[in-house]
Amino acid sequence: MSNTFGSKASQTIRTFPWRKNTIYIAFILTLIFFSITLGDLGFNQPGNLLNIARQCSSIAVMAVMMTFVIATAEIDLSVGSVAGLSSVIAANALQSYGLVIGVAAGLSTGLVLGIITGLLVAVFKVPSFLVTLGMLGLVEGGARWYTSSLPVAIGNSTFNSIFGGGQVGPIPGLLFWSLGATFIGAFVLNHTKFGRQVLATGGSLLAAKYTGVNTAKIKFWVLVGSGVCASLAGLLYAGRLESGRFQWGQGDALSVIAAVILGGTSLFGGRGAVFGSFVGAFFIGLVNNGLILAGLDVSQQQVVQGAIIVIAVILSRKD
Amino acid sequence: MPTLVELKGIRKSFSGVTVLKGVDFSLNSGEVHALVGGNGAGKSTLMKILMGVYTCDEGEIMIEGSSFQFKNSLEARKAGIGMVFQEFSLIPNLTVAQNIFLTNEFTKKFGFISEKRAQKKTLEIFESMGVEIDPNAAVGGLSTALQQLTEIAKALAQNARILILDEPTSSLASDEAQALFGLIRRLQDRGLGIIYISHRMDEIFTIAQRVTVIRNGQKVMDSQTSSLGSLDVIEAIVGHKMEETLEWQKRNSQVDSKVLLSAQSVSDGKKIKDLSFELREGEILGFAGLMGSGRTEVLNMIYGITPTQHGKIFVEGKQVSLKNIQRAIGLGIALVPEDRRKYGLVLRHSVSDNLTLPSLQGLQTFGILRKDKIQNYISSMIEKFSIKAQNKKNDVVLLSGGNQQKVVIAKWFGTNPKIMMMDEPTAGVDIETKVEILNTIRKFADEGKGVLFVSSELPELLAVCDRILVLRDGEVSQDLLRENIPTEEFLQLAMQRSTHE
Repeated sequence: MSNTFGSKASQTIRTFPWRKNTIYIAFILTLIFFSITLGDLGFNQPGNLLNIARQCSSIAVMAVMMTFVIATAEIDLSVGSVAGLSSVIAANALQSYGLVIGVAAGLSTGLVLGIITGLLVAVFKVPSFLVTLGMLGLVEGGARWYTSSLPVAIGNSTFNSIFGGGQVGPIPGLLFWSLGATFIGAFVLNHTKFGRQVLATGGSLLAAKYTGVNTAKIKFWVLVGSGVCASLAGLLYAGRLESGRFQWGQGDALSVIAAVILGGTSLFGGRGAVFGSFVGAFFIGLVNNGLILAGLDVSQQQVVQGAIIVIAVILSRKD
Repeated sequence: MPTLVELKGIRKSFSGVTVLKGVDFSLNSGEVHALVGGNGAGKSTLMKILMGVYTCDEGEIMIEGSSFQFKNSLEARKAGIGMVFQEFSLIPNLTVAQNIFLTNEFTKKFGFISEKRAQKKTLEIFESMGVEIDPNAAVGGLSTALQQLTEIAKALAQNARILILDEPTSSLASDEAQALFGLIRRLQDRGLGIIYISHRMDEIFTIAQRVTVIRNGQKVMDSQTSSLGSLDVIEAIVGHKMEETLEWQKRNSQVDSKVLLSAQSVSDGKKIKDLSFELREGEILGFAGLMGSGRTEVLNMIYGITPTQHGKIFVEGKQVSLKNIQRAIGLGIALVPEDRRKYGLVLRHSVSDNLTLPSLQGLQTFGILRKDKIQNYISSMIEKFSIKAQNKKNDVVLLSGGNQQKVVIAKWFGTNPKIMMMDEPTAGVDIETKVEILNTIRKFADEGKGVLFVSSELPELLAVCDRILVLRDGEVSQDLLRENIPTEEFLQLAMQRSTHE
């Protein structure tokens, strides 16, 4: 009797979709762990959790389109630097031309860079890994050069409220941006022709092509989308920190990719989980926050983050 | 004749499902023993037990009189069992000799590898096989046929006394297959025993002395081929009487005079040179020809994969430029490609996602995919093509080869094409599924659509085609109406003759 129960239980354990749900389990366990160990340091307070939501909003927004990019079996390493450049361009345009032009200028930055990346990958068939690695340096250097490494302050309070500190009731506006992007992304991936074609392209490029999917077009649009999302993330940095600076978003690509892979998207393409990516981003924010509260310094945080990425990649080997 | 292999009462189950229910099998020295059965009948499980990949739950394995329990394939190889895999297990950038003696290298003093001895030994083996291959050639640069011979040489180098050949002719041209049969006969004379796995009846009767049929994990036939006809074997495989679907049938409808597709002296600048043909409504047009005659390339050109360099293509009387696949699909052309796993399916996606991929446009309202429409569509396709999938949410890679092929065919029929192009649509598919596929093609043509049918299996071409074009070097060398082809030999001769003119 106990034997059949045991085998049933073991079968349930074996057939449970662990890979798909890893992030939710990890998230809850980490939350419980920090609540117990860091409870008296203020981890549990709702203010702290909302603060985490604010801090990880940019990562979460970039993770939405990164999910598409990785599901297509491509990669975008340039997201962080695109966010940084967008933040300084938006900040300058805001000062000179006001809110609308400022936002438009910021978003156009990612649009233009995304189109360049997309064309190089889709039309000229350069691997996205190389294109975006080049773009990462190029764009970051550009932003630094353009601002002479100086921050550009943003005095426009409407902007700072919409893209930063604004609240709807007790809920930070930034959470609306990240959740909004996530909902739209999840809907597009799961319920539209485009989403299905993205997954098919990543699942088998040749089979998708032979079935009539314009795989070059799909790759182009996901990379353009990734550029635009990176710009939006840059605006969220600018609004939250009330300035544009080339450093905003620096090194984010790794966190974004880790969030996406932890969330259940296959590093080899063909499977994507947008909600998982959101929780992945929140998870990374949670860990950082916990480590700061525990008194670890930046270098130690970096070590833990590196470890998380390694774990994420190990997980993705099991696809 | 001494007995080489004796399998007695082999039973095997996987997580509660019994795959083999006490199967006996024996192989004598100097014998070619064909092992056949539908997909999932258990023949590959049986062979994997003999090769030490699986261990059996019950039963006995005797090799040359002594009992074995193989723990891994290395032990089986040591006992004299050689296997030539369907997908070759050779390393492309190593040379022929290096591959043959991989992990078995001749060593000199201090453990250095002696390439010279390996080369010499390789030449000896090739000589005994009666083939000529340069031991220093990189395997990746060899043709499929030569790679296969290398694979056989590798087994012989390990002193294999028992050779398992799994669908060995599936990627060979017919003259290459003949050469392989010659080799098999020579090995037989040397006293080797050969287990020959194949779906092709004509081959089994050409090369094998004995045939064992496995159905549902049980042996249902073990007889000398000389006392059988191919229908006997087919019936044993399927388990009931077959209608004569594999024979030519008079079609229910007539071929229309309206031309659906016409090519006028087209070329792709490579294999296809100055090729012209017409496909009419309701017609099944076959392409026959040896490997490299341009059969597949014609389909690829019409599908927009390789661009048309010269000549004109007309679809329903209008001249078209088939620049890419989307254009071809837009004109109502579909292709069931030769390699379904590579080009036909997203293996890690579900049956349902694969079926809907080319038809998403019609399954949405205002840009949003409709779950209800998709459900209905999938259910009707699964029923219509009798696709056997435990769950339509399961990955298509879990299906048997025949069912995978049904998914590929179903997904294209779902787009309602006017012209269906099929490249070896029954390769690696069991007989029952083959019959279903051929019937589907006939029905499709009866609706007034056109079919371009490429196959290297002549009985199959003769069973469904209304007209057969014999290709040679990218040109049509003969245009034969089905009723003017009396026998398979006639067609075979037409193909051969066209190479030796």
